[in-house]
Amino acid sequence: AKSRRALTAEIGAGTFSVGDEEAWERLEEALIHGDVGVRATAELVRRLEARGEIGDLGEALAEEIEALFGPAVTLDLSASPTVILVVGVNGTGKTTTVGKLAQKLREHGRTVLVGAGDTFRAAAEEQLEIWAERAGADFVGAPAGGDPAAVAFDAVEAGRARGRDVVIVDTAGRLHTQSNLMEELAKVRRVIEGRIAGAPHETLLVVDATTGQNGLQQARLFGESAGVTGVALTKLDGSAKGGVAVAIAYELGLPVKLVGVGEGIDDLRPFDPREFARALVSG
Amino acid sequence: MFDTLSDRLQLTLGDLGRAKRLDEDAVNKAMREIRLALLEADVNFQVVKDFVAGVKAAALGEDILKGLDAGQQVVKLVHDRLAELMGSGDSKLAFGRPPTVILMTGLQGSGKTTTSAKLALHLRRQGKRPGLVAADLQRPAAIDQLEQLGRQIAIPVYRTDTSDPVRAAAEGLERAKGDGLDVVIVDTAGRLHVDEALMDELARVRDAVKPLNVLLVLDAMTGQEAVNVAEAFQRRIAFDGVVLTKLDGDARGGAALSVKAITGKPIKFASVGEKLDQLEVFHPDRMASRILGMGDVLTLIEKA
Ligand SMILES: Nc1nc2c(ncn2[C@@H]2O[C@H](COP(=O)(O)OP(=O)(O)OP(=O)(O)O)[C@@H](O)[C@H]2O)c(=O)[nH]1
Ligand SMILES: Nc1nc2c(ncn2[C@@H]2O[C@H](COP(=O)(O)OP(=O)(O)OP(=O)(O)O)[C@@H](O)[C@H]2O)c(=O)[nH]1
Ligand SMILES: [Mg+2]
Ligand SMILES: [Mg+2]
Repeated sequence: AKSRRALTAEIGAGTFSVGDEEAWERLEEALIHGDVGVRATAELVRRLEARGEIGDLGEALAEEIEALFGPAVTLDLSASPTVILVVGVNGTGKTTTVGKLAQKLREHGRTVLVGAGDTFRAAAEEQLEIWAERAGADFVGAPAGGDPAAVAFDAVEAGRARGRDVVIVDTAGRLHTQSNLMEELAKVRRVIEGRIAGAPHETLLVVDATTGQNGLQQARLFGESAGVTGVALTKLDGSAKGGVAVAIAYELGLPVKLVGVGEGIDDLRPFDPREFARALVSG
Repeated sequence: MFDTLSDRLQLTLGDLGRAKRLDEDAVNKAMREIRLALLEADVNFQVVKDFVAGVKAAALGEDILKGLDAGQQVVKLVHDRLAELMGSGDSKLAFGRPPTVILMTGLQGSGKTTTSAKLALHLRRQGKRPGLVAADLQRPAAIDQLEQLGRQIAIPVYRTDTSDPVRAAAEGLERAKGDGLDVVIVDTAGRLHVDEALMDELARVRDAVKPLNVLLVLDAMTGQEAVNVAEAFQRRIAFDGVVLTKLDGDARGGAALSVKAITGKPIKFASVGEKLDQLEVFHPDRMASRILGMGDVLTLIEKA
């Protein structure tokens, strides 16, 4: 189908001429079609125009997207224990990402404890416990309907007492427009801050790659309430290329740190701006 | 950002705003704004193109209603077309010789399991005797989740000890039938539309339970990808209607228009929260206003 073609196919990359108005229009459309959004698209077009000589358009566009992200940023794991808080709207892949991340860290020789800070959704605790088992991580649970801040407290305390390297706290999905739930999240954060100075060391916002422009608002408001330090972009194994991450990086300066590429325990990768940019452009 | 579509139109149209008829210049200027509004709402860009072309043709030469200016007239036109497009098709579920089977499908995390339970509650309130069948054997604790939801609303949940979702669905259905239930809702695992093996598995589940209603559960926050998703599910599974979820947020929900325009399949329900009574029948006119991001202008238009 037409809608499935790569950006470069849509814009006819080979035949691109700087003076060709229509070609620029097609380029804009292609970026919009990739969920990059109106403003970040305008910026990319501006940067391309500023180049004068473009050469291979696909290549040039990928370079500009990559430059917009800046160099790859990895998780900061220097503190001991390092506390990682995982947040986001409903169903994006938070709990799965906690499981996969625990596995990755275990592979790198770190001891990990995960805390089930989602006390709301049915069977959220059971789901995380299965992941903890798979990854060989300690698990701290909570009664359904319990206080998520109390779970975060218990998890951080247990992680410290047992000398674990990393504590990862899962949270319930919530829409960024729900102010009471965002306040709850801020409280979880404050409790963690109160236990260990400088914690949480990372707060990851999990964004589904199929998300459209709403992703920007998610990043903005979760940033305000929870102090997000990076994005984990999930479900990149589908045909969506996660273009909203470009908008998030451009408008909020928030880096992507991890990408999810499947439902299996090994399907988590560090974010590679070059690879991401090329995939976005060439499909 | 965009509760000001009418303001922006007024700004763009300038003096044309006081004209008595929508001439070509006014229409072209207005369409540029409409196009931007739809793109910002995540409507697929191809769908936007076709839609805008259609509205443009209809708008040309149109008399401006008393009490409206050119901008408002355009918004009214676009709004009405949008509502009409999204409202076409039967939004009711089909019922046949009991038990009526409803198959829930969609991408990972779209809201299938939650919506399954909500639908069961909704149908019981209409006097039906619904049951839930757990056919997601993939996601950790998916069956637990459905069972806990079923317990909350006292609806029976059927699980089968197997790793084969086709068998789980078929056996669950048989047992529900044996218990005299008249509606059976089958929850399936989330899957990507590009995952051939899992799409094939879903087709086999469908063949095994012969649903009268196949529903595609779609997250309202979905971007341009909605078209690919809808096309693929349509081709492989042939769904009958859409449930749009997470509409309690601030997503403009342009995906709804994309899917409707591409497949012609009606949107049947709107899901507006995590609680099990937060399921509503779909209102096309509200959705049209939402996609256009307009509040104030609606009341104006309604008065005209
Ligand atoms: N294909 C694919 N599926 C994923 C990926 N990450 C998560 N999922 C699936 O997405 C669905 C939702 O994942 P969860 O981890 O439960 O999401 P969550 O954000 O914790 O959801 P809530 O807690 O309900 O808000 C599950 O079916 C996961 O298997 C990914 O990278 N690729
Ligand atoms: N805010 C809000 N959350 C919703 C709505 N519908 C579902 N959810 C939440 O979205 C998340 C995912 O819902 P599920 O029902 O588990 O989704 P699913 O499609 O069954 O997920 P998989 O089985 O993993 O593919 C959960 O946190 C739900 O509570 C809704 O209308 N509004
Ligand atoms: Mg979760
Ligand atoms: Mg489910």
